[in-house]
Amino acid sequence: MVGSVGITPQLIIEVLLYKTGMLSETNASNAQQVIIWEIRVPRVLLALLVGASLAISGAAIQALVKNSIADPYILGVSSGASVGATSVILFGAFSFFGIFALSFAAFLGAIFAVMIVFLLARVSGKTSMIRLLLSGIAVSMVLGAMTNFMLMISKEQGGVQAVMFWMLGSLGGAKWSNIGIPFITFCIVFPLLLLSYRQLNALLLGEETASTLGINIERFRLFIIIIVSLLTGVVVAVSGSIGFVGLIVPHIVRMIVGSNYKVVLPLSALLGAIIIIWADMGARIAIAPEEMPIGIITALCGSPFFIWMLRRQRYAFGEGE
Amino acid sequence: MIQLHEVQYSVDEKDILKSISLEIIEGKFIGIIGPNGSGKSTMLKILYRHLKQSSGKVTLHEQEVWDISPKKLARQMAVVSQESTVLFDFTVRDLVMMGRTPYKGWLSADNSEDVLIADRSMELANVAHLANRTLNNLSGGEKKRVMLARALAQQASILVLDEPTNHLDIEHQLHLMDLVKDLPITIIAALHDLNLAAAYCDELIVMNDGTLHIHGTPENVLTTTMLKEVFKIDAGISKNPFTEKMHLFFYTNTKIDTKGETQ
Repeated sequence: MVGSVGITPQLIIEVLLYKTGMLSETNASNAQQVIIWEIRVPRVLLALLVGASLAISGAAIQALVKNSIADPYILGVSSGASVGATSVILFGAFSFFGIFALSFAAFLGAIFAVMIVFLLARVSGKTSMIRLLLSGIAVSMVLGAMTNFMLMISKEQGGVQAVMFWMLGSLGGAKWSNIGIPFITFCIVFPLLLLSYRQLNALLLGEETASTLGINIERFRLFIIIIVSLLTGVVVAVSGSIGFVGLIVPHIVRMIVGSNYKVVLPLSALLGAIIIIWADMGARIAIAPEEMPIGIITALCGSPFFIWMLRRQRYAFGEGE
Repeated sequence: MIQLHEVQYSVDEKDILKSISLEIIEGKFIGIIGPNGSGKSTMLKILYRHLKQSSGKVTLHEQEVWDISPKKLARQMAVVSQESTVLFDFTVRDLVMMGRTPYKGWLSADNSEDVLIADRSMELANVAHLANRTLNNLSGGEKKRVMLARALAQQASILVLDEPTNHLDIEHQLHLMDLVKDLPITIIAALHDLNLAAAYCDELIVMNDGTLHIHGTPENVLTTTMLKEVFKIDAGISKNPFTEKMHLFFYTNTKIDTKGETQ
């Protein structure tokens, strides 16, 4: 809970205990209480939720498309959300939703994009995974072009910067009022994924083998696509598209514990949460009192570490013989 | 009992299988042989429901396979397909335990019975000593046996094998066939090696150009005329002095001249 205003750890613990009713009085000033309880606590909780959500979504998507370069955004979530967010920031769309306009538009854009990608990948009742990947890329390109077009015609310099900041991801918007929906969604999706570990494992053996193990492939894929895009959509709507975590964390976890999703999912959630909490701290202090977009931190610090692990060779990244 | 009734399968108006009818009695080791592209794999894929026939019917105990739930079918039929084995890192034990998937609901955990069945399957497939190794560190033969152990853990009464001896050296080929032959269940295997098929199978089904050419015991099926007609080779038939099983010798009459062109 570090930030641009210096507050000692004792004070933080004191305020936390006071606010949760375990302490009857506190030495902290009102301003300090507000900073800790209204700004920093929700922010850390949001970081935890975002990190865990992106990591488990990435793990699930990688099993689904059986492709190790897939991340939760491969279905068009982030590019769809960007279009929504940009139209709100630059043109004030959805203003009747007040302060929730940005999140709402981003979520709407994300779900809309996933639906298009999914429909494009369906041919005569079957969803081809390679088509899903490629239509994800194609749809992301079109939506990216739309975002860029809006940026280009906008005269507002401040707005353009706000969009940039949003696209690189930030947890700055964390409030008690907007962590509720990500929390509930995570609490539903995480157990559902965990209960599907056998099916996810089986999918890693290939579609054919999975179906001979008694899995209804089409139905299971649809189920995973729905719950994962819901979770990523909700998360992206509040935090912008934070890259890296959804792609890399599942790989790091698999390097350490192997591919069994019974273990991969909870550990991905844990590692994702830890990484985002620390990255967000970095984002707040790196150029304090300014804030750095968190996406820059995750990519800058995470990638070298990942490259180092990559060079250690023992892990096959889902590559066959 | 498995029955195929006038099963036909076509892709883009091209017939891959042309009206196949056949009956497979339980407990036998059935070999499916035929040249490349004759429809062996396609027929198996239709049998284990990876592909849906364009017309005709496939029944298992008189029930259309497409009417059986995926789970229920997986309890009756286990498959080792040709799909490139494994991509991510699983331990052998984890992978064999996956054979228990069709017996598991959403909330059921692995119990001691599952562990016991997995252990027994690993012993049967001779991979028990590899239980804690990860799959990526195993040889091709070991991997095949692990996939077999996984299929055995399904405790199905029918085992379908698509070219199980592919990429295996001769020792492991024989070993795998010995192992499979002793199983008290119905085995349906597509095989490339005619001598293996002759030595191990109770019945052979010969596929040729999408049709069922002949179905019978190896002695009745493997004749020089059939080999000439279907496999386009000349062959001599003899007996393996050690196993007393039939043994085929092959030769072609086309000679290769010094320029490497066939005449």
